[in-house]
Amino acid sequence: MYWGFVAAGYLLVIGVLSGYAAWIIARGRALSRDVPEEKRRFLD
Amino acid sequence: MIDNRNVSTATLSTASKATRIIGWSALAVSGLALLFGLVISGPEVNMRDSVRLLYIHVPSVLMAYVCFGITLVGSVMYLRKQSAFWDLAAASAAEVGVVFLGLVLATGALWGKPTWGTYWEWDPRLTSTAVMFIMYVGYLAIRRMDFSPEVRSRRAAVVGIISILNVIIVHYSVQWWRGLHQGQTFGLDPQIRDMQYFAWFLGTVALALVGSWLLIHRFRVAWLERQVEESQLVRALAERRREAGE
Repeated sequence: MYWGFVAAGYLLVIGVLSGYAAWIIARGRALSRDVPEEKRRFLD
Repeated sequence: MIDNRNVSTATLSTASKATRIIGWSALAVSGLALLFGLVISGPEVNMRDSVRLLYIHVPSVLMAYVCFGITLVGSVMYLRKQSAFWDLAAASAAEVGVVFLGLVLATGALWGKPTWGTYWEWDPRLTSTAVMFIMYVGYLAIRRMDFSPEVRSRRAAVVGIISILNVIIVHYSVQWWRGLHQGQTFGLDPQIRDMQYFAWFLGTVALALVGSWLLIHRFRVAWLERQVEESQLVRALAERRREAGE
């Protein structure tokens, strides 16, 4: 009975965090194409 | 528009040596946390195997608290210094915090069903956590509104400061009001010990590393978003001037 809920919880956490990390990487790469190299990092 | 068709993905990446170290460490510790959380540690007397959900539920709420703390500091510093760094740090931390808080609500519901017999109860801790989730989603909504960048950042900073009151209410709700939610399971006087406590500790370290990786990368993406927004604004202004001159 408990293991179904445990598995669902762990899969949800792994899935959401992996998906969010993948989205961040993809968005960073897509945006970098439109920004000059010297302006891509915060250096203030 | 810059032509980057021939640039390698490494140049376009938001990664750095530091984030690679954090990322690989996060993966290694997460593997250990899974091993201890699901295999090596045993069930608890009252919660049975559902205790294993607490090894991800409690660290997730701790990460959400840390993120909202960063949003508070970033918001205060933005109002004082009007600096892009603090504004973007506050925004990035709020988004990462909302992701962790969403996981807190979901894993809490999955823990509640076998333990309490229900996914949801209008208990003070659960209700205040749901309100906190809505408040920070509201903060993110303000950041997407069509104001000038300065007005948007200022309004978001005010919401980022006010919202921290709810974090305090959530944390102390189990002491201030009687409800279904238990008091602190982990802490200075933990209710569970030995291998179960170690499994929770590993879960906390794993999610702290994952959270740090997400925060740094999200900040770098937010910085890029700002650069793109500024260049679009400059282009639009130049076009207007050209049209007016014709």
